[in-house]
Amino acid sequence: MTAMRFDDLEGVYELLGESIDRAGEEKAALFLAKLALLLANELEDPQTVRTAIETALRDL
Amino acid sequence: MRPRGRGELDSLYFEYPRFAAPHRHSNAALERVPVAIVGAGPVGLVAALTLARSGVRSVVFEKKTTFNDGSRAICIARQSYHILDRLGVAEPFIRKSLGWTTGRSFYRGRLILEFEMPHGKDEKFFPMYNLQQQYIERFLWEAASARPEIEFRWASEAQDLRDIDNGVALRVADPGGAYEILADYVLAADGARSALREMRGLRLNGENLEGRYVIADLRMKHDYPTIRRALFDPPCNPGGTVLIHRQPDDIWRVDYQLKPGEDEQEALKENNVRAKVASILSDIAHDGEWELEWWSVYSANTLALDDYRSGRIFFIGDSAHIVPIFGVRGLNNGIADGENIGWKLARVIKGQAGPGLLDSYTPERRGATLDVFAKASKSARFMTPPSYGLKLMRDAALSLALSAPFAGAFANPRQMTPYDYRDSPLTERDDPSFEGGPAPGSVPPGVRLDDGTYLCDLLGEGFTVLHFGAPPSGIESFTRKMRDLDPVFRLVVIGAEGEDSGAIRFAGDPKGECAARFAATPGALYLIRPDMYVAGRWRDDLAGPAAALARILDRKEAA
Ligand SMILES: Cc1cc2nc3c(=O)[nH]c(=O)nc-3n(C[C@H](O)[C@H](O)[C@H](O)COP(=O)(O)OP(=O)(O)OC[C@H]3O[C@@H](n4cnc5c(N)ncnc54)[C@H](O)[C@@H]3O)c2cc1C
Repeated sequence: MTAMRFDDLEGVYELLGESIDRAGEEKAALFLAKLALLLANELEDPQTVRTAIETALRDL
Repeated sequence: MRPRGRGELDSLYFEYPRFAAPHRHSNAALERVPVAIVGAGPVGLVAALTLARSGVRSVVFEKKTTFNDGSRAICIARQSYHILDRLGVAEPFIRKSLGWTTGRSFYRGRLILEFEMPHGKDEKFFPMYNLQQQYIERFLWEAASARPEIEFRWASEAQDLRDIDNGVALRVADPGGAYEILADYVLAADGARSALREMRGLRLNGENLEGRYVIADLRMKHDYPTIRRALFDPPCNPGGTVLIHRQPDDIWRVDYQLKPGEDEQEALKENNVRAKVASILSDIAHDGEWELEWWSVYSANTLALDDYRSGRIFFIGDSAHIVPIFGVRGLNNGIADGENIGWKLARVIKGQAGPGLLDSYTPERRGATLDVFAKASKSARFMTPPSYGLKLMRDAALSLALSAPFAGAFANPRQMTPYDYRDSPLTERDDPSFEGGPAPGSVPPGVRLDDGTYLCDLLGEGFTVLHFGAPPSGIESFTRKMRDLDPVFRLVVIGAEGEDSGAIRFAGDPKGECAARFAATPGALYLIRPDMYVAGRWRDDLAGPAAALARILDRKEAA
């Protein structure tokens, strides 16, 4: 898997922030869970998702 | 503000001088001066020194009788050191200040990012230096008061002004009374609350961003290198940000963010400042003694005038723009304003340039401010996220950075890229055959020469042409023609031998490193402005820079 350019990633960061605001505080978790599922569906290897989940669970 | 029992100027380490009001004869004749500068802050002084370098006289009016209180702007960028260097005043700055290249960001006490600002052997100066603003002002004042072209009038407040034919009449009040003085031009260097701006009925436009910071200086023996530390969500300021900078004289600056809705007056009480500082110090494991020196509050605004010029008045520094502090561009941008208007005005006043040259001041310097706004808003959005969604993303990036290093890059302030003047009316269209090198409008790269000096040391006081390779026939008449336009013009020939003279310097380039940095083949020409921006570049075409210089100087007859 190749990483996105940082400039693009920054754009994604902004868009995510705005979209969370569009979803609203109450629905933010639902929105993000849907998004995670959509992105997972784009991937071939379930292990990639499992590793990402482990990383995201750290330092909460 | 200072601790109870100490006056505004009772510093632990700095002696504030007291300057006397001018002696005036009440029946003195009406004076006329080429330039009146209102405000002896760092920006006004840089402008005065730039004018003086070209032999242009100015009178500086300052309502106070000493320097600004407190350390205020403490980060001076490389570009500003180049300006001080060109003014011949860099030496005391270099001796006193602390140069630095590294920043560290922490999240909840753990390091998430260490960044290095661009630096290398070819750079004459560090990317950043820390120095208290009183020292900046003192060193500038020491240099300025040694110049016969600059007159200081302390305890002298500009109170009113009106346009006259080809100039401005300024009303000034000092302890001896009020009087009028005429000036061909006025530089409004009178700071964020500019009275001249009010007098002209002008307003700063822009936004007030989220985020207020208390800035506090303390004196302590603390063993940590000169590295900027940013603490996100630290135990001492949960949910907020803290910045820590080292300054000379064992002085340390802590900036800490107030919570939205937190009462400013309450936060600024001495006891509360002390308690906060103590908890920050415990976070960074400092258990020695410390003394509180000075504190203040600062908010993140992006405000600027629509036009930095009003008739024969030019606004420079904080009178023209207010930017958030974490971009460290407030003062640095002001210093560049002072040099920019200084070299242009000097040439117009001396009749070496037409008035059109002055039209480039606003687009260039307001453009630089807008660029800072864009960058500062970006870092402000990270430091103090303005919405729930952005706050969540920020916290996610920080938390992720602890185990996935890529996310640490979001915490990099990236404050160093200098603004370029590619859209300036003074900038020539690029020659597309150059593959790399500094494009017109940009600042040329640093180059360390074989003898240990730097390319920038070879540039003249005015415009300079760099010619790569042995000069062609016709170079003498070219140089004469350029000197007719700019009496301090200099030609620097790189990678060829010859005899130095006032107008021509030769620099060896045995390994071709300099040529490589300019993507130059023999015959390449770069026209460099007095403020070290590239105005244009050509190949084998001496007519190119000659026409460009005439155009820049608004001297159509010579073109
Ligand atoms: C409390 C405080 C903290 C700051 N902290 C930081 C920081 O941490 N980092 C940072 O980058 N920047 C900081 N700044 C901003 C920085 O100090 C300014 O960007 C810088 O001083 C601008 O310089 P200047 O010469 O344009 O204006 P100033 O330094 O404000 O100088 C203006 C001068 O004009 C004089 N004056 C005003 N009106 C008149 C008049 N009518 N007649 C005669 N004289 C007049 C004033 O007395 C003053 O000396 C801070 C500013 C303040 C006030």
